[in-house]
Amino acid sequence: MAFLDISGVRKVYGQHPVVREFNLSIERGEFVSFLGPSGCGKTTTLRMVAGFEQPTVGTIRIDGRDVTHLPPNQRKIGMVFQAYALFPNMTVADNIGFGLRVAKKPAAEIGPRVQEMLQLIKLPHLADRYPYQLSGGQQQRVALARAIANKPQVLLLDEPLSALDAKIRVSLREEIRTLQKALGITTIFVTHDQEEALSMSDRIVVMSEGRMEQVGDPFEIYNYPSTRFVAGFVGTLNILNAQVVDAGTGRLTIDGQEVTTTRSLDGHAAGTTCSVALRPEAVALGEPATGRNSLRGTIEEVGFLGSVVRVKVRLGGNAISLDMFNSSSVSPPKRGETASVVFAPEDLLVLAASADTAA
Amino acid sequence: MKSERFGPWLAMILGTLYFVVPLIATFEFSLRKRRGVYSFDAYQAVFADSRFIESFGYSTLIALITIVVGVLLIVPTAYVIRLRMPRLRPVVEFITLLPLVIPAIVIVFGYLRLYNSSSFLPMTASTRATDLLLVFAYVVLAMPYMYRAVDTGLRSIDVNTLTEAAESLGASWWTILFKVILPNVRVAVLSGAFLTFAIVIGEFTIASLLNRPAFGPYLQNVGANSAYEPSALAVIAFVVTWACMGLIQLFGRGARGSSAATR
Repeated sequence: MAFLDISGVRKVYGQHPVVREFNLSIERGEFVSFLGPSGCGKTTTLRMVAGFEQPTVGTIRIDGRDVTHLPPNQRKIGMVFQAYALFPNMTVADNIGFGLRVAKKPAAEIGPRVQEMLQLIKLPHLADRYPYQLSGGQQQRVALARAIANKPQVLLLDEPLSALDAKIRVSLREEIRTLQKALGITTIFVTHDQEEALSMSDRIVVMSEGRMEQVGDPFEIYNYPSTRFVAGFVGTLNILNAQVVDAGTGRLTIDGQEVTTTRSLDGHAAGTTCSVALRPEAVALGEPATGRNSLRGTIEEVGFLGSVVRVKVRLGGNAISLDMFNSSSVSPPKRGETASVVFAPEDLLVLAASADTAA
Repeated sequence: MKSERFGPWLAMILGTLYFVVPLIATFEFSLRKRRGVYSFDAYQAVFADSRFIESFGYSTLIALITIVVGVLLIVPTAYVIRLRMPRLRPVVEFITLLPLVIPAIVIVFGYLRLYNSSSFLPMTASTRATDLLLVFAYVVLAMPYMYRAVDTGLRSIDVNTLTEAAESLGASWWTILFKVILPNVRVAVLSGAFLTFAIVIGEFTIASLLNRPAFGPYLQNVGANSAYEPSALAVIAFVVTWACMGLIQLFGRGARGSSAATR
C-alpha cells in the first residue's frame, strides 16, 4: 500500500470544478511534483492534502490513516509556502523550534534539534536574527527547516522558489532535493516551472484545468508526452501540420516534403491532415543523411540566448524552431539563407487532431 | 516660490495656535490661584483632595479592565473576520462605527431602560454589577478605535499564511491567536489600548448617569464649585492623554518585528 494515497478526490466551488477525479499513490520517500499552469488545481490538491481545503468527494490517506477530515494541525505535515510565512515576532531559532514547542517536546530535545536544523540549512550563525533581517533565500531555508524540524510524515512545498531570483532558485532547488533525499521524507512539490519539476522530481503529475494529464518520471513526461497539453507545456515544442501519405509505413508530408515517423499513425487515413511535433533540441541544421528526415526551408529568425542560438526556419505554412549551441568558432546562420533541418524519425511525435491524445 | 512655502506655514501656525492658545490660557489660569503671583496652589489643592486620587484610581482601574475586555473581544473578532469571513467586514466595520454616531447619552439611557433594577437583568441594582455595566459601555465606546487599530495591525501581516503555517506545525487556534497573531499586532493593540485609556479617563456622561465615582464626574463637580482647580485638572487630563500618546509612539518605535509584513 502506498504511503500517501489520494483517491477519487474532487473539489468543486459552487458549480465550478477545480479538481476533477484525482487519483495518486505516492511511495514513502518519493518526491512528486504537481506541475501545471495557474488555475490548474495543483495548489488546491496540495491544500487538500494539507487539510486547508476539504475535498468535495474522495479520500486522502497518509500511512494507512484516513486524514480526509482531520484538521491540518493533526495531520503531521510540514509545509513551506511561497511567501515564506516565517513568524515575524520570532527569531530564526524560535521559528524552527515552534513546531517542537507546540508538540510539547522537552527543552533538552528542542535545543539540539534546532541546532541540527540550523546546521542542515547552513545558517547556524543566524539563529538570533529576525526574519526581516534575512534575504529571501535565507528565509525560505529557515521555513524549510521549520517544516521538517518536527519530522513530519509528508513535506508539502507550495511554489517555494517562485519568489526568489533565478540563481538562488537553482541553488535552493538542489539543496531541497539533497535534503529530501538525505532525510527520505515523502514530498509533494507544487510548481508551474517545468525546469524545477524535471530537475527535482522522482515523478511528475502534469495538471490542466483540474485534470491529471499525465503521471510519470521526468524522462517519460518530457520524451513521451501522452497528451497534446503535456507536449506543449513541458518544454518548447514545434507543432506542424502534416498530411498522411501511408499510415502503415509512417510516411507523411510537411509542406510538400516527405518525412517518416516511427510513432504510430493508427487511425489516420492516407490523405488526412494530422498534427506532428518536434522538440527544438531534436532538430539540427545540416545536410540530408540516410535514415534521417530532412526538410528544406529559409532562415526566418536568429535569436541569441547566450549559451544557445535559437533559429527559426520557415518551411512554407509551417515553421520549425531549433537550438544550436553557441560557439565562437561557428558563425550563426543568417536570415534569408536556405537551410535544411534534419531530425530522427523517432523524434517526430504524432498528435491526434481531434482528441488530445498523442501517439 | 516663497509665497508657495508661506501658505502651508501659515496654515500650520494657525492650526497650532487654535490648539495651543486655549491650552496655554488654561495652564496660565490654573497658576493664578494665589493673588498677584503664579503658583501651583491649584495643583496642590487637587492632589490634596482624596476624591481626586479615588476617582482617578477608579477610572484607571475601569480603563484597564475595559482594555482587557476590549482586547479579548475585538482581537479574536477582527482576526476571524479577516481570516474566515472577509465578506462580513463592511458590516462589522459599520457596527463598530455606531458608537461614534450614537451619542453616549443615548447609549446610557438604553442601558438604564434595559438593565434597571426592575428589569430582567437588574445590573444597576448592585455597585459591582453597575461597574461591570460601565466597563461594557466603555468597551462599546472605545470599539471604533480599538477595532480600527487591530484591523490595521492585521492588515500589515499575512494573516492567512501565518495561520496556515502555524496550523501545519500543529498549533491549535488558541496557540495561533496568542503566540503568533497577537504578538505581531502588539503595537496596534497598544495603540487601541492607550486610546481606550484616554477615552475612559475623560468620560463623563455614562459614568455620571450610572452614578459611578469616576474621574469625569469628579472633574465636572470640581468645575461647578471651584475656579482654578478645574483648570489644573484639565491640564492634568491633557498630560495624561499626551503621556498615552507618547507611549504609543514609544512602543511603536521600539517594537521589533511586530506588525511587520512577511516579505
